[in-house]
Amino acid sequence: MELDIEQVKHLASLARIDLSLEDCQELSQQLGDIFDQFESLRDLNLEGVTPTAHIADSTNVTREDQVGHCLATEDVLINAPVRNGDFFQVNPVLEE
Amino acid sequence: MSNLWELSIKEIHSGLSGGAFSAHDLVTSYIERVRAVEPIVQSFISITEALALEQATKADEAISTGAFHPLTGVPVQIKDIISTAGIPTTCASKMLENYVPPFDATVVSKLLDQNAVILGKGNMDEFGMGSSCEHSAFHATHNPWDSKRVPGGSSGGGGASVAANEVAYALGSDTGGSIRQPAAFNGVVGLKPTYGSVSRYGLIAYASSFDQIGPITKTVSDCAIVFDAIRGPDPLDATCVSRTYDEIAVNLDRNISTSSPLNEGSPIRIGVPEEFFTEGISPEVKKVIDDAIRQLESLGALIEPVSLPNTVHALACYYIIAPSECSANLARFDGVKFGYSDRNTPDMWESMERTRGHGFGPEVKRRIMMGTYALSSGYYEAYYTKAQRVRTLIRREYEEIFTKVDVLVTPTSPVIAFPLGDKLDDPVEMYNVDICTIPANIAGLPAISVPCGFSENMPVGMQLIGKAFTEPVLFNMAYAFEQSTRWHQMKPQL
Repeated sequence: MELDIEQVKHLASLARIDLSLEDCQELSQQLGDIFDQFESLRDLNLEGVTPTAHIADSTNVTREDQVGHCLATEDVLINAPVRNGDFFQVNPVLEE
Repeated sequence: MSNLWELSIKEIHSGLSGGAFSAHDLVTSYIERVRAVEPIVQSFISITEALALEQATKADEAISTGAFHPLTGVPVQIKDIISTAGIPTTCASKMLENYVPPFDATVVSKLLDQNAVILGKGNMDEFGMGSSCEHSAFHATHNPWDSKRVPGGSSGGGGASVAANEVAYALGSDTGGSIRQPAAFNGVVGLKPTYGSVSRYGLIAYASSFDQIGPITKTVSDCAIVFDAIRGPDPLDATCVSRTYDEIAVNLDRNISTSSPLNEGSPIRIGVPEEFFTEGISPEVKKVIDDAIRQLESLGALIEPVSLPNTVHALACYYIIAPSECSANLARFDGVKFGYSDRNTPDMWESMERTRGHGFGPEVKRRIMMGTYALSSGYYEAYYTKAQRVRTLIRREYEEIFTKVDVLVTPTSPVIAFPLGDKLDDPVEMYNVDICTIPANIAGLPAISVPCGFSENMPVGMQLIGKAFTEPVLFNMAYAFEQSTRWHQMKPQL
């Protein structure tokens, strides 16, 4: 199996990763090779087998609704690539 | 007296408590050792010498007031995927090159509560994705037994640093074998605990349903000491459950010919799953493991051949689910709140795509793409849901086998540490190396790797897998084996 370049570009846009044409070419081959290894699952009879989403058997873990320790604003913003006062700054999302 | 950096945690503890040396003496000795061997091994991403000296002073003060714990004053390397407040935590990625966490992971808080000494952060494959430590964005780590070979991965820095005596122990994380395989490749002990026994709070997520933090140590009893220190429920991690068992480190020497949990008073029953000894295993590794199994038998264990037929589907199951979880977890790296950010374009989406395109390395991008594919419309049922169903089959198979045997024994890796660069260009071949370690992550089981011999002068590891929350049994077995052999005393010449 080989994924075509258009498929790889589509996946890259879904994953929001900027890839060069060269990267796309390499990935089309590699992803194909990798997914070939998964073909063994195709013929398994999985009728009635429920999927395991998570191995832990705990459900609905809750705690008392009490105010706990929170990070200070400065600590939260300390790694911001671009900040504006007490805000994370991003490029404009809405056009004027 | 031997060099301080050669001592085990247990020996350090008795030395500190008897006043033979101080925590300051100890850390100074380790710093000298790191300076001497780090140019060859390169196991660290950052070395926190000044902090370590400060923490050693605090440890000495604590000792003088009697506040003394097993890890007080003991130097540790922490994998660079585990958050350390005020110390850069990069995940060996350009994406987080300058990231300094504002908080400690729960395991780090637990170590600091004991006045541990953090000597630095360990090298790894980027975001934990890899089996050779070559996928670090900064540099490769070299195996102390042969610097032309890989240390394994992803916790390659941890395995190499402990084998090279650069630290007394390391904390790693294990998603598909990332603690056990480097432990095996470097001739040291590594434990992947039962899923849910150690808090993941502050562990930067790769695949949340598989990830566990665990110790890499020089000896089995050291491993128990560290595991005792880091386990336990945590309100900050809802999957970290409350299980109480006695302190393991003080109960290691139960007789394995009379301590079967399945059948009290009877010998421990060990299953040898044939599927782990077939395709792809090196004949020399197989021979070493066969000898180790005979040794366990001579210690009084009952050996039984068993079969786990779904093992053949484990790799496919893992390499669908883990990248799927990775593609979701790594969506957070968008250049907005932390990490690398490319703002050389006014467009928000383009900025995000460039950030991720340039910030992530090739293996991380590959896995995000695999996961995106497996989760995308039209393929979700065929890949993701199917893999989750296979996960159920594998899980059931282990539940069933553990009604018949107490422990399983397998090789930790089908091969010894391979030469640097050997598998770097072939992702499929690299993934195949994980075949023996992945099943324990799929089923959430505890597994320990113990040194059990050599092949081509490189260490071989034996893996013991147990039922969920039976770490005490694994430690008991591993300790009996270690004490009856000399493998753990052999050290690389550096």
